[in-house]
Amino acid sequence: MSEKKIMLGNEAIARGAYEAGVKVSAAYPGTPSTEISENLVKYPEIYCEWSPNEKVAMEVAIGASVSGVRAMASMKHVGFNVAADPMYTAAYIGANGGLVAVVADDPGMYSSQNEQDTRQICRAAQVPVLEPSDSQEAKDFIKLAFELSEQFDTPIVLRTTTRLAHSQGVVTLEDRVVPEDKAYERNIAKNVMMPVNAIQRHIFVEQRLKDMADAANTLDINKMTIKDTKIGFITSGIPYTYVKEVCPDASVLKLGMVHPLPKKLIEEFASKVDILYIFEELEPVIEEQVRAWGIQCIGKEAFTVQGEYSANMLRKVVLKENLQINTPAKVPARPPLLCPGCPHRSVYTVLNKLKIHAAGDIGCYTLGAVPPLSVVDTTICMGASISSLHGMEMAKGKDYIKNWVAVIGDSTFMHTGVNSLMNMVYNQGTGTVVILDNSTTGMTGHQDHAATGKTLMGKTVPAINIYHLCKAMGIEHVTEINAFDIKELEKVIKEETERDAVSVIITKSPCALLKEVHFPNKCIPVPEKCKKCGMCLKPGCPALTKNEDGTISIDATMCNGCGLCKNLCPFDAIEEVAK
Amino acid sequence: MNETKNIMIVGVGGQGTLLTSRILGGIILTAGYDVKLSEVHGMAQRGGSVVTFVRYGKEVAEPIVEAGQADVLIAFERLEALRYAHFLKPGGALVVNDQRIDPITVVTGAAEYPEDIIENLKKTYKVYSVDAAGEALKLGNSRVFNNIVLGVAAKHMDFSKEDWLKVIADTVPPKTVEINQKAFLVGFES
Repeated sequence: MSEKKIMLGNEAIARGAYEAGVKVSAAYPGTPSTEISENLVKYPEIYCEWSPNEKVAMEVAIGASVSGVRAMASMKHVGFNVAADPMYTAAYIGANGGLVAVVADDPGMYSSQNEQDTRQICRAAQVPVLEPSDSQEAKDFIKLAFELSEQFDTPIVLRTTTRLAHSQGVVTLEDRVVPEDKAYERNIAKNVMMPVNAIQRHIFVEQRLKDMADAANTLDINKMTIKDTKIGFITSGIPYTYVKEVCPDASVLKLGMVHPLPKKLIEEFASKVDILYIFEELEPVIEEQVRAWGIQCIGKEAFTVQGEYSANMLRKVVLKENLQINTPAKVPARPPLLCPGCPHRSVYTVLNKLKIHAAGDIGCYTLGAVPPLSVVDTTICMGASISSLHGMEMAKGKDYIKNWVAVIGDSTFMHTGVNSLMNMVYNQGTGTVVILDNSTTGMTGHQDHAATGKTLMGKTVPAINIYHLCKAMGIEHVTEINAFDIKELEKVIKEETERDAVSVIITKSPCALLKEVHFPNKCIPVPEKCKKCGMCLKPGCPALTKNEDGTISIDATMCNGCGLCKNLCPFDAIEEVAK
Repeated sequence: MNETKNIMIVGVGGQGTLLTSRILGGIILTAGYDVKLSEVHGMAQRGGSVVTFVRYGKEVAEPIVEAGQADVLIAFERLEALRYAHFLKPGGALVVNDQRIDPITVVTGAAEYPEDIIENLKKTYKVYSVDAAGEALKLGNSRVFNNIVLGVAAKHMDFSKEDWLKVIADTVPPKTVEINQKAFLVGFES
C-alpha cells in the first residue's frame, strides 16, 4: 500500500497508531488533541474510549501495556498535569506492550489557560520525548515511539503543538502490523512500586536515560545536515519548518527526540558551525542543556518564550531583513462568544441580573467572563470552580459567598468536579453549585462522557445520572431545571444561595449545536411594540443587532429560536414564529 | 511552478471556511503538488475570527502564511478582509465577499464597524468584491455563497475549470453537487 492522503497532524497520529498495531486507546478531549481519538475510533480493530479525565486515561493505557499490548493515551498539555501522577510512576514500571502518551502543547494559547511546556514535565518524570514537524513525521514518529518504548522498557511521550496537530500535510499510508501480544508474567519487583522495589527501579530509570541519551547520538530522527557553516540551527518540531523555509542553506541539527539529548552529536554539530542558534518554541529546554555542556549558543535572548514562532522571526533576527509589510489596519476585535441558542447564555443572564459572582471552570461557559454577560470571576483548571468557592467560604465565612455560585459543565463535573463537590459536602461547606448540563463536552466539539449515555465507540450505555450522583453524596437540595426557564431559575438561584447548606442546581438543555437539537420556532422583532429599552440585547446574542433608531433586527439565519430574547422583552415586542 | 503559492481563507467562525479549504486541498493534491493546510480549532470557532492557511508547490516546509506573503486572500466578510489584508504580498489578490457581520464588540457599542472598507482597501490592494449572498439567493440556496467566492478566487490560481468542478463534485454532499458547481461557475465566469 502506498496511497497518499492529506491528513491533519492528529489524523496522522491516529493512522500511525493504527499501523503500529495499537490495541487500546484512552483519552479525555482537549484542544488541540481531540481529533486523535476521533480518528482512532474509525479503525474498528482498536478499542477506544473517552475516560472521565486524563489520569484515568493514562492508567487505562498503563494497564493495557502491563498486560502486554501496545496502548496509548492522548491529551492536551494541561491534561498531562492531571495524568502526571500515574506517568511519573509508569516511568519506573516501564512498558511491557509499547506505551505512548501523546501530549499537545498550545504555544500562543489558542484554546488553553496556560502555555506550559510538556518537555519540562517529561524531563522531571524522566520520560523520553519525540517531536514531529509535520503530518508524515507524526505518523512515522508514533510508530517509532512504540518500538523505542518496548526496546528500552519505558513510556514515551509524543509531543505535538497546536500548529502540528491542526495542520494538514501529505502522508503515505502503510499497512497495519500487529506485533504478537507480550506474555504477562507476575513481576512485583517491576510492577509493584512500593519503596523497596521503587528504589531498585529508580536505579534502572537513571541508567535507561543514560542508555537512551547514548542511543540518541545515532538515532535516525536526530538528523545533522552540514551545508553553509556560518550559521547552524538546533531545532525540532514546527520551528524546524521555519528554518527550512527561510535558511535552506544553513546547517541544521534537527532533533526528532528532544529528551534525552544526544550530547556527542550536539558537540560535533556545534564545533562545525560559527554561530549556533537554538530555535525552540516555549521554554529553553534544549538551550539550557546545551549551555550546561559549556557550548556557546544564541537562544532565548533572541527568540521569545511566548507564543508561536514564525519564518518572519528568522528573517528579522537571523537574516536581519528589513521586512516590507503593510501596517495592519486597526479593526474591532472579534472574540469568540456563546452561540445563538446557547443555554449557558440564559443561565448567565439570570446570574448577571442577580449580580452574582461565579467561580468558573473550563469550557464554553468561560466565555461568560467578558461583557456583556460579565458573570465569571475566576477560571483556573478543570474542576476548580467548586473547590475554589469552598476555599473562599473557609477563608471568609458562609455569608461572604451568599452572592457567589460555582459554575461547571456536565463533562467538567464528571472530569474532576465531582471530587470537589465531595469535598464541599465532607468539609461542611454551604456553597451553591450550578451544573450547566448541556449533555456533551461542548468546547472541544461534542464528545460524549459518562453522563451522556454513549461511548466513543458509539455504544448506548446507561448514563450516570448527575442528580442521583449528587443525592448519593448526601446533598439534600438538588434541583433540576430547564436552562431557559428564566423566571423559575431566578427563584431557585435566590433560594439556594441564601441556604446554609450545599446545594446543586442542574440547569438542563442540550448544546444548541448538537444535531438532535431543533427549536421549532425562530424569533422576529415587532418594531411597533418596541420601546427601545435594550433588555433583549443584554445577553449579547450574536443574532441580535441594534438598529440606528434603537429598535432591533434579528438575523434569521443565525437565530436558533431559543426564545431567550422574547422572554426578556417586557413589551411583547419579539414574537416566535414557526421556522 | 517553482515557487510556493500562498492562499489564505478568512472569515467568521460558522461561515463554513472548512469546506472551502477541503476543496482547495483536493484540487492541489489532484494537480500533484505538495501541500500544507493549517487552521486553528476549538475556542476560535465560536463566532470568532477564523483563518486558514493553504500553501502548495513542489515542496512545502512551513504550514502557515505570514504577513506580506499571501498570493490570494479569500475573505468571507468585509471586516475580516481588513483585519488580514496586510498578509498580502505586493500585487496579491484580495477576494472579498461583500457581507457585514457585526462582532460582539460592535454590538455592545464598545467599537464601531469601519465604514467604506472595500473602497479603502482598493487604495492599497487589488480587490475583487462579490455579493455572494445576493448571487446565492438568485440560485435559490443561500448556503452555496462559499463556492461563489471560491469561484472568483479560482481565477487567480492555475487550475482548470474541469478540475475544479470534479473536485467540488468529490467533496460536497452528493445531493448538492449541481448547485455547488453552478455557484462556483457564477464566481469563476464573472
